[in-house]
Amino acid sequence: MADTPDYSWPPMEKRKLIGTSPKRLDGPQKASGRAKYTSDLKPQGMLFAAYMGSPYAHARVTAIDAGAAEKTPGVKGVHIMAPAGTELQWQGMEVVAVAAVTEEVANDAIRKVKVEYEVLPHLVKEDDLEKAGARAKASGEQVVGDPDKAFQDAEAVHEGQYGIPVITHCCLEPHGQVVQWQGDHVSIWPSSQYISGAAGQLAPNLKVPIANISAHMDYVGGGFGSKFNVGKWAEACAYLSQKAGGAPVKLFLDRAMEQMIAGNRPSAYGKIKIAGKKDGTVTAWQSLTWGTGGFATSGSPPLPYVVDRIPNKRLNYSWVSVNAGPAQAWRAPNNQQACYLTCSALEDFAAKIGMDPMDVFDKAFSYAPDARQETYRYQLRKAAELADWKKLWHPRGQSGAGPVKRGLGVAYSAWGGAGHNSQCRTTIHVDGSVEVDLGTQDLGTGTRTIITQVAAESLGLPMNAIKLNIGDSALPNSGASGGSSTVGGVSSSTRKAALNALAKLYEAVAPSLGAQSDGLEAVGGSIRVKDNPAKSLTWTAACKKIGGAGKISEIGENNQRTPGGLNTQGAAGVQMADVSVDTETGLVRVNRYVAVQDCGLVINPALAQSQVYGAVIMGLSTALVEERVMDAQTGRMLNADMEFYKLAGINDIGDIVVHLDIRPENDKRGVIGLGEPPAIAICAAVGNAVANAIGVRVPNLPVTADRVLAALERGNA
Amino acid sequence: MSFKKGEGSTAPRNRFSRRGFLGGVGLGGGALGAGLLETEAAAQSTGKLAGPGPGPVTLNINGKPVNLTIEPRVTLLDAMRNYLGITGAKRVCDRGTCGACTVLIDGKSVYSCTVLAIDAQGRDIQTIEGLAPGNGMHPVSAAFVNNDAQQCGYCTAGFVMAVKGFLGEHPNPTMEDVKHGLGGNLCRCGTYMGVRQAALEVAAATRMKGGKNG
Repeated sequence: MADTPDYSWPPMEKRKLIGTSPKRLDGPQKASGRAKYTSDLKPQGMLFAAYMGSPYAHARVTAIDAGAAEKTPGVKGVHIMAPAGTELQWQGMEVVAVAAVTEEVANDAIRKVKVEYEVLPHLVKEDDLEKAGARAKASGEQVVGDPDKAFQDAEAVHEGQYGIPVITHCCLEPHGQVVQWQGDHVSIWPSSQYISGAAGQLAPNLKVPIANISAHMDYVGGGFGSKFNVGKWAEACAYLSQKAGGAPVKLFLDRAMEQMIAGNRPSAYGKIKIAGKKDGTVTAWQSLTWGTGGFATSGSPPLPYVVDRIPNKRLNYSWVSVNAGPAQAWRAPNNQQACYLTCSALEDFAAKIGMDPMDVFDKAFSYAPDARQETYRYQLRKAAELADWKKLWHPRGQSGAGPVKRGLGVAYSAWGGAGHNSQCRTTIHVDGSVEVDLGTQDLGTGTRTIITQVAAESLGLPMNAIKLNIGDSALPNSGASGGSSTVGGVSSSTRKAALNALAKLYEAVAPSLGAQSDGLEAVGGSIRVKDNPAKSLTWTAACKKIGGAGKISEIGENNQRTPGGLNTQGAAGVQMADVSVDTETGLVRVNRYVAVQDCGLVINPALAQSQVYGAVIMGLSTALVEERVMDAQTGRMLNADMEFYKLAGINDIGDIVVHLDIRPENDKRGVIGLGEPPAIAICAAVGNAVANAIGVRVPNLPVTADRVLAALERGNA
Repeated sequence: MSFKKGEGSTAPRNRFSRRGFLGGVGLGGGALGAGLLETEAAAQSTGKLAGPGPGPVTLNINGKPVNLTIEPRVTLLDAMRNYLGITGAKRVCDRGTCGACTVLIDGKSVYSCTVLAIDAQGRDIQTIEGLAPGNGMHPVSAAFVNNDAQQCGYCTAGFVMAVKGFLGEHPNPTMEDVKHGLGGNLCRCGTYMGVRQAALEVAAATRMKGGKNG
């Protein structure tokens, strides 16, 4: 038996496929409408479910009568999720679901369920901490150094107030699934970011062994952190299927429910005070911040963001429990909030002392982790070059006499992005065909494509020689696609599985080539002797030497604790926004947006670029227009739709310039996930650009016209 | 933030659209699906009573007539997805906002969630499934692949149809035209940069061939 193969990535100059940009493999299926998402499925005999959630923000169910619904012709099952006595803590919280032969019948039947509620007091807004009363829970003060003395001795002090609201994930494919519970077996087709986890999540709720649950999914229409768990709706769907005698049941949330209960990003509001010197050195930080992630606790933003070695600090955070749908991980949880609060305050401090914020940020990076400081400074310069900062930046509010003011803003980001636990199985068949199996999922990030690139590169084959299987619980497990952990995890496990299989193939082939198995290499569709390339076998001829069972099947594993140099964590980024603001109408237009991103070894630069474009566009949407609007009086969400919950369109995003920081010294670090890091800084960069343009801070996002005009009025008063 | 082209010109013949209906009765969810109101509205506009129960409907989809039995309240989108297995068009907002359900009716792009199936009878409905036979790729679809104008892909089929409809009316668009003309389709993953390039690429290729797209 040969030694463990050397799994390290081939050197940059020797790569054939890694580092190149083949088109995404599932692109043709999607662009032709042939890709079947779970919400497109309709297995034989499938029933449609309808779902009813609480109409109140806070209520107790006192009586529920589903008799009329059950008797409706075409109804095959009713599942009550909130029996009498259940306390409902947010509008849309699960009450009852119905399955019927058509969607129309299901929708009619659900309305026939009679529910009586005792309406209870609610709190749905958290922007004013004082009004939250006992619903606010302080997490205890943290003090570092001597902030009081630092503020007393400061040459300059800035105090500001900032807010970033709750926004929803608004996945275009809503949360939902098809479930069939037949006898002792449950089949689920989820819309999920974690296909390997679906069975384990469902098993305890249904009291069915994991071994008796199978999960399959080919495509998922967006997740962004909100689709890790199949949860209560899958459970309801399973019980409906059981009640309907084992027919498959489809239950997807409608758009209103999707907006209310299927996931959101916690808000963050805060009063921030910065002390510093007139040369731009920050000496102290004080923050009183609060926010909500719904009824239950959610994390708090890490402050001050990245530059957390400011020597004197006082930090207070309160979490506010509100009667509104629960938060889910939102593309870099807590980081956008922390970035917005920190970078806004730093920009305002710079404006107060009359300095270019680039210089203040540059100095502040001394408080960032040692290993990152030079990266940030490099990125700051690179971004400034691409944004033409030196030429276009002007001191705050000095944007000429006309009504349309132009401004620039900067912000930075940090993220982990190490690979998750992942197993891959590579099978080489005696006819030369190759299968690569992983229980992972492609959220549209290009996972299928990069796995195939890595497998093909490792085996010395073209990409079309690889048959990739993903999206099924029968395949080797891979982690959830979250935390930007997928690309590192699956590329590493794929690399190892391929090389493990190849080592076995070398053993089978070595006698025919008169060589030792560790003296062989796989290059250009052949197996050849390293120091005598003339001695070789074609891939097909080599595979004919496979004896025994007629195939080689090997596992490769990425353990997130021991990535072995194949993947790593820690991605820095600097971004700059260039905006124009019409001070007469309040409208903000993005002219240009620059994103400089640290990204380690990049497997497919075009797909990586698409990730950054996507993150920036989503971020621009949140900065410009997105906000969950709750009505204090009724406790209801006022924009649980897509007319009044806005998303940015194709004409709202300006031009975007992406710079992937691909350099040999970064490549050496290994693969780093890229889904989240570029999504962090946009709110802060846009907010800073608007402040720079109009001369006053618009404290609360999104920077809608009414807020811009209100800020101008306050500023001019 | 967006507008949809061609909606007025493709209004259903009997002036009874789901959107108009919703506007008429307000947005209270309870009225939707209460058969009586719809029946009355339909009767007033056509003089014929349809529903509330299922009835025969014939749709001309991708050049072929298909028969189905549905209630008059079923939208064209739901008729395709729930009854015919034609699933390229997606149900996302279900309110004529996002464009994921875009199809062409008589050559113009229309949100299929805003059209009742009964009102689409006798019209030429083209869906993404009709763009290219078998495993073929229509030039607009190919341009989406070529410019990586897709991520999760859930908006993509609607966007492809919107681009096709847009280029049918504006064969020589500028970048500015594209930015304005495709404002009726929303993407959550952020693929707009690729979509812009895809639209321009198809237009340029069509010009070189001197023909009409698709």
